[in-house]
Amino acid sequence: MSLTTKSMRDAFGKQLTEMTLQDPSIVALDGDLGNSTRLAFVENENQDAFLQMGIAEQNMVGVAAGLATCGIKPWVCSFAAFITRRTFDQLVVSVDQPHLNVKLVGAYSGLLTSNTGKTHHSFEDITLMASLPNMVVLSPGDAQETVRMMQAAGKYEGPVYIRLSRDENLEFLPGSEEPFEIGKAKWLNSGKKIACVSTGAMSPRVYKAIIELKAEGMSLTHVHFPTIKPLDRETVIKLAESHEHLVTVEEHFVRNGFGSLVNEVTSATCPVQTTRIGIQNQYSQCGKNDELLDYHGLSTGKLKMKLAELFEGR
Amino acid sequence: MVNLHEKAREIRKGILRTVYTQKQGHIGGPLSAADVLAVLYFDKMAVKPEEPEWTERDRFVLSKGHSAIALYVTLALKGYFEYDELYTFDALHSRLQAHPDMTKLPGIDMSTGSLGQGISAGVGMALAAKLQKKDYKTYVMLGDGESQEGQVWEAAAVAARYNLSNLAVIVDNNGLQQYGWKEADSSERQTPDVRFEEKWKAFGWKVLTVDGHQLDEIAEALDAVNDKENKQPVAIIAQTVKGKGISFMEGQYEWHSKVPTESEFNKAMKELGEVMP
Repeated sequence: MSLTTKSMRDAFGKQLTEMTLQDPSIVALDGDLGNSTRLAFVENENQDAFLQMGIAEQNMVGVAAGLATCGIKPWVCSFAAFITRRTFDQLVVSVDQPHLNVKLVGAYSGLLTSNTGKTHHSFEDITLMASLPNMVVLSPGDAQETVRMMQAAGKYEGPVYIRLSRDENLEFLPGSEEPFEIGKAKWLNSGKKIACVSTGAMSPRVYKAIIELKAEGMSLTHVHFPTIKPLDRETVIKLAESHEHLVTVEEHFVRNGFGSLVNEVTSATCPVQTTRIGIQNQYSQCGKNDELLDYHGLSTGKLKMKLAELFEGR
Repeated sequence: MVNLHEKAREIRKGILRTVYTQKQGHIGGPLSAADVLAVLYFDKMAVKPEEPEWTERDRFVLSKGHSAIALYVTLALKGYFEYDELYTFDALHSRLQAHPDMTKLPGIDMSTGSLGQGISAGVGMALAAKLQKKDYKTYVMLGDGESQEGQVWEAAAVAARYNLSNLAVIVDNNGLQQYGWKEADSSERQTPDVRFEEKWKAFGWKVLTVDGHQLDEIAEALDAVNDKENKQPVAIIAQTVKGKGISFMEGQYEWHSKVPTESEFNKAMKELGEVMP
């Protein structure tokens, strides 16, 4: 299937609608954000599969757990901040401990929350979700990968968290239309000295920066990690062994986020100098997408500057 | 015909025996819940102990999960597992965890323990029955102290919105919680009067108040989930006494979780009609 939209949320809404039409046991649970998250697509095409839970995320997660015990396959969606931070005890006790087949979708993750500022940013969701023993944590790099990932998550029996970005224009990563395999990193560029590992919507930005640097004679390795848990340890170790320096990039707190998880592997196997790019020890603010990304060093331009600096050992 | 009084008494004895033997566990709350559990499992609920995963079974969620021992004794008496397994309660590797764990013990429909969460799962189960066009009913037991959790009322609102008339919540309204509020003029402690009837009504539920130790009253109220005319979820406010059945435990918040001494145990068992050796 080829996709025309570059909007992750549109791809998500369309794909989930198709899945509910194919499998009547799949339902969508909305926390009153369906028109933003695109869960509304399900209601428009298949009303019976759409359950409005109102502005009450803790209950929504619990209802999903109860549905799952009876063989229904609930997909629960809200903003990433609300579906993880606000419901964390519910996720632990009602979903992860009983290992229930609940799919959790965090829309508007990271910085890009349609100019709503720090209350709606989610820089902790990877930390929280990756700490849960039974949870699979996924973070697609583009709309195509979102679709493939949802197909794979749907076949997986157990709790899964999918971290989506509200970026309407993410360039497709090479190979993102291929079937998705949980736990497998995707090699995008081979270079030397520096290996850059990125996840989620940062990957297309990093990819562009690295292609530009290549044209300028700087060849860096780049691997995209759409699965954060279980992390592709083999690839991390391979990268650590064959490079002088790792650079991790995420739209999340660097502390206890993706970069920390990468370092958890390298520190025990092959210690390597690592620079973690992401949100530092601070909350953010309002601003347009490009402004916010730039302010936090996550725009393609800023990433390119930083990577060049590291490559040249400045 | 099952003698429900006898079952309720056996549940109480089992609670005392287990807590006394294992030297741990809650006691007051389980005793206040014993009569409702007897009616549910020995009169109302369609379940198959030999086939705990039977998809058409009625569901039960112990939202006040710290009363787990009452549920375990009920399940043992119903034949889900050997009675003697009760004496593994709370022990390392036991299937009988301090709070019900559905991944360990067949017959537990939902894992609970963090208050306020079980009712949401119960709403999910009742919703699933409607979606699947199945007839099974879902019963949830809530604590009155537990009802201080905001999630309870989130769940209540959604259940009414989806007309979950196949769902009954039984509030074990025993008036006490672990510590509670100190009374102004005395050393007594209790859960404040929370006007449950008005609250559940305001949330769109059909409300029935019963004496939670009168088996026939409980049974009659539970029939509301079988009433085809009823379109609302059913809240049964069961007026109960914490520590019910044991004179010196009744209404004493200290017995929320306390292990009886040998003489207290003997006295309690005697009150339940047990002939001690």
